[in-house]
Amino acid sequence: MASVVELKNVDKIYRGAIDTQVLFDINLTFEEGSFNSLVGESGSGKSTLLNIIGTLDKPTRGEVKIAGNRINDLSKDKLAELRNTTIGFVFQFHYLLPEFTAIENVLMPYSISKKQPAKSVAKRAEELFDMLNISTVRNNPASKMSGGQQQRTAIARALINNPKIVLADEPTGNLDSENTATIYKIFREINQQYGTTFLIVTHDRRIAEQTDRIVEIKDGKIVVDIRK
Amino acid sequence: MLSFRIALRFLKSGKTQTILIVVGMAIAISIQVFVGLLLDSLQKSLVNQTIGNSPQIIITSATDIGTIRDWEKMVSIIERLGSTKAVSVSASANGFVRDENTNMPVLVRGFNLERADRIYSINNRIYEGGRIESRRDVLVGRDLREELEVSVGDRLTISSPEGISSTFTISGFYDLGVASINKSWIIANLETTQQIFGFDRRITSIEMAVDDVFGADTIASRIEQELDNEDIKVENWKEQNEDLLSALNGQQTSSTIIQAVIILSVVIAIASVLAISVLQKSRQIGILKAMGIKDLSASMIFIYQGLLIGLVGSILGVALGLGLLYAFSTFTKNPDGTSLIELYIGYDFIIRSWLIAVVASTLAGIIPARKSLRLNPIEVIREG
Repeated sequence: MASVVELKNVDKIYRGAIDTQVLFDINLTFEEGSFNSLVGESGSGKSTLLNIIGTLDKPTRGEVKIAGNRINDLSKDKLAELRNTTIGFVFQFHYLLPEFTAIENVLMPYSISKKQPAKSVAKRAEELFDMLNISTVRNNPASKMSGGQQQRTAIARALINNPKIVLADEPTGNLDSENTATIYKIFREINQQYGTTFLIVTHDRRIAEQTDRIVEIKDGKIVVDIRK
Repeated sequence: MLSFRIALRFLKSGKTQTILIVVGMAIAISIQVFVGLLLDSLQKSLVNQTIGNSPQIIITSATDIGTIRDWEKMVSIIERLGSTKAVSVSASANGFVRDENTNMPVLVRGFNLERADRIYSINNRIYEGGRIESRRDVLVGRDLREELEVSVGDRLTISSPEGISSTFTISGFYDLGVASINKSWIIANLETTQQIFGFDRRITSIEMAVDDVFGADTIASRIEQELDNEDIKVENWKEQNEDLLSALNGQQTSSTIIQAVIILSVVIAIASVLAISVLQKSRQIGILKAMGIKDLSASMIFIYQGLLIGLVGSILGVALGLGLLYAFSTFTKNPDGTSLIELYIGYDFIIRSWLIAVVASTLAGIIPARKSLRLNPIEVIREG
């Protein structure tokens, strides 16, 4: 299977009064359509790694390839384009724009690029709303929904541009166990239905164990990499 | 236009803040428009009173004889230049009005009446009697009439300094609004004065009115150049009214300063509100960046907010300013019921003020827009 994320000898150093190295010589590849988790204590460097994979941050040394693009060489605008078309983000907080309704939020990544014909996007939005069971709140302002509905809306938003990769940073950190279970079920469904690659960052081992591959990071180094 | 849509939504979501800044801007612009138009009106009515119904450029003889020959050629040269709206000639001289017990000095002004009317509006200012119909008719000013105690149809004997007397019929009385003129001018036909003062076909002055009164000096010097005649001198009202001009200049400068300060305060107010809005909306901007919005589009959100505030605020401000001006002219009246200041609504001034306000307000968006450029999505996400 082709790899969609490729990291070669990646170091990350935060410069300051004292330089802090948070990633040490990371070599990591994720295949297209795989379902992965990244675990580690807080401060282990997993968020930094996720940000680099998400092209929000650049490595100090080493090479990063996302969907075949070497991100080291790309301009800010090209990176934005790459994020828009290739990567879907789900964060611990939903980060919906409170000024917009659920459907407007979901369509936001599409509005940024406008690369697909509108009809297919509307259809895809409907599919996602049905799949995530939020059709009833589609016209609600983002602030007038339950926490679970907000997070599911954020997931629909991450998926609207049919990204190759979904990066989820503690996506259920603020949800109860019932909502948590639903969301992982949905992630799986999407992974199987659309072949979307998932990388889920979590500190919860039980969640990690539901994925096909667990990568553990400690003190900026990969210490465990288990595939089922 | 995603940036525009987001800008609009941001403004709508922060209603109180938006209303406050728009109203603040409207008030500031209304004062700017009010002050600008009021001072402009004041200036125009002052200029109008001073030079409105009089020539702004006058050509007189530079010779000892005091008369100009070959003036027809000069008039046609001046008219060909095209910067004047009326050109008239006059043959004028001092004389005396005599009867049994008075011997009053007057200035007899012989005009080509049709042309002179375009400068002095003589016909409109005849308040009693009628126009000059023949060479024997003259018009007498209001103040002179009171001193002479005459009425329409009365005969008037005028003698030249050389002692030659002629008798005329008073066809009417005028009021040019300036006491010194009303008291001293007797208006007659050009040919009449040429005859009684022995000017032959010569005249004593060429008088001109121009559209651009403040450009009178430039026009005058062009005329002087074109005519290239040492026997004449070209004067314009600006040379003769330096005090007035420096007063007007002072007024203009203070008006400009007031307006500039107002616009500056509007810019600062909008920029600071939008700068706060960048902070308030940093999470939204951060997440939009994570979703792939480009820096330029993200910063355009704030430029558009500035533009929208500017458009609405300035339109309201102009309307409010005009309202203030009408209220002012309605409530401040002279004892006789006329307006204290005659209003001149300069539409180009209004459009210019509006444009400046919109542009300034849009530019005010640049500061927050630049701030938004530096916004890193990671920081927003990390802070949660």
